[in-house]
Amino acid sequence: MRRSLRGALPAALLAAGLLGAWELYVDAAGVEEDLLPAPHAVASALWDNRGLVWSNFTVTAEQVVLGLTLALACGLALAVAIHLSPLLRRAVYPLAVGSQAVPIPVIGVLLVFWWGFGVFPKLVVIALICFFPVLVTTVDGLASVDPEQPKLLRTLDASRWQAFRFAELPAALPAALSGARIALAVGVIGAFIAETSTPTTSAYSGLGREIISDAGSGLQTPRAYAATVVLFAFAIACFYALALAERRLAPWAVQSRGDTR
Amino acid sequence: MPTELQSRLQPASRPVVAARGADVALEHVSRSYRSGDGAEVRALADVSLHAAGGELLAVVGPSGCGKSTLLELICGLQSPDGGSIACPPAVLMPQRDLLLPWLSALDNAGLALRIAGLSRAQARARAGALFAELGLDGFQRARPSELSGGMRQRVAFLRTLLAGKPLLCLDEPFGALDAITRGEMQAWLAGALAREPRTVVLVTHDVEEAILLADRVAVLSPRPGRVTAQLEVEIERPRARTDAEVVALRERALSALAMGASA
Repeated sequence: MRRSLRGALPAALLAAGLLGAWELYVDAAGVEEDLLPAPHAVASALWDNRGLVWSNFTVTAEQVVLGLTLALACGLALAVAIHLSPLLRRAVYPLAVGSQAVPIPVIGVLLVFWWGFGVFPKLVVIALICFFPVLVTTVDGLASVDPEQPKLLRTLDASRWQAFRFAELPAALPAALSGARIALAVGVIGAFIAETSTPTTSAYSGLGREIISDAGSGLQTPRAYAATVVLFAFAIACFYALALAERRLAPWAVQSRGDTR
Repeated sequence: MPTELQSRLQPASRPVVAARGADVALEHVSRSYRSGDGAEVRALADVSLHAAGGELLAVVGPSGCGKSTLLELICGLQSPDGGSIACPPAVLMPQRDLLLPWLSALDNAGLALRIAGLSRAQARARAGALFAELGLDGFQRARPSELSGGMRQRVAFLRTLLAGKPLLCLDEPFGALDAITRGEMQAWLAGALAREPRTVVLVTHDVEEAILLADRVAVLSPRPGRVTAQLEVEIERPRARTDAEVVALRERALSALAMGASA
């Protein structure tokens, strides 16, 4: 416990330094609060609106977690299919790359037309944004097995499935988890895009739609920053949760990197 | 009469092979392949080799003489362009150990058993029973990255043995080890094979290693590999590198190698 506290010290010091500089800048330059609220104003906005922020946060967090899960499932399944079939690789890979260029708001309304005002179209948006890093890293990971390894496995009488299960799948796991970390980093912003590009009828529509999009219109800027701080912390927490998962699922990879995270 | 060790080494799902194994016979085998730039490379030309069941045949030759191709042909990973190969089911121990980094030493050793359909617990029990005999006791749970080069080769050899095949194809098994460890591993392999007789084709560039371990040594020429000499090694075991007979035979093999290279 003491070690992990000491590990967090550099980040805490840097954050404190940045916050101090921000506070000083706002004070000294006399920036208006609607343009850039000082940290103390953000903190008090967070406290004053804690109920509203929390209710919307749970909506957003649920979307991020479910959307990432969907992205992981699709990315992994597609990676395995591409790995096993050169035909699928030629057919699917270019389209997967192209899908990353689609501006989501263009299709947001279409998704709602197909699946209604519930949470599902939002998950699709997040998954569309997040599956790609998982796909690319996993495809590379599956192909990272030593080219001599299949020969050895064949003389041990391994079937294609067994070669996959004993060699290729475990070899791809660390790569897939790296992909998941990248996906997570874009997943939180993906949730914001999902919320602002698909209309909803639920009571709380998430931090993105409910609070942060107000900042653009000059309304409630400190509150929008407060919501951003919450997302900031959420992304960090998820990232470390994934690092923890990697330690459990792929300890050999963590070891060989000499990773002490 | 199979020993207890032998009976433990037979996977339950496979028919029990004769302890001495079957004969290996390659007749006029040739093999070519296309290199990266499209040129045809003749790896082996008219190679005839024989090993009786239970014998250790060593194949020595300069690098790039098609030794690894020879083993892949015997293991059925490639087919010859010409000639015929008759041999029992073979298992390959590749040059690099190719242990799976995510498995413990014990699970790597028992990989063939898992592939044969045994449960993890059964495979561990069978492999674990041999760990002490092969000098690996205490390292059951270690990952390959935590093992020394010599230990990794032992685990790889145990994996090869536990495949339960009558013919072992060893491709430069000790090539990557330092001289001291290599000497230890040669003695260890001789001991392991004395306890657990199999037919073995050992490919090496180390003439001394071949003579210390083999019943018969075939010398290959540079590419395309052809057999330039066959030496019977009728020296009592255990052999030492300083024995007069070993030294004399080593000189004969080295001059056969040199003649093959200049021919």
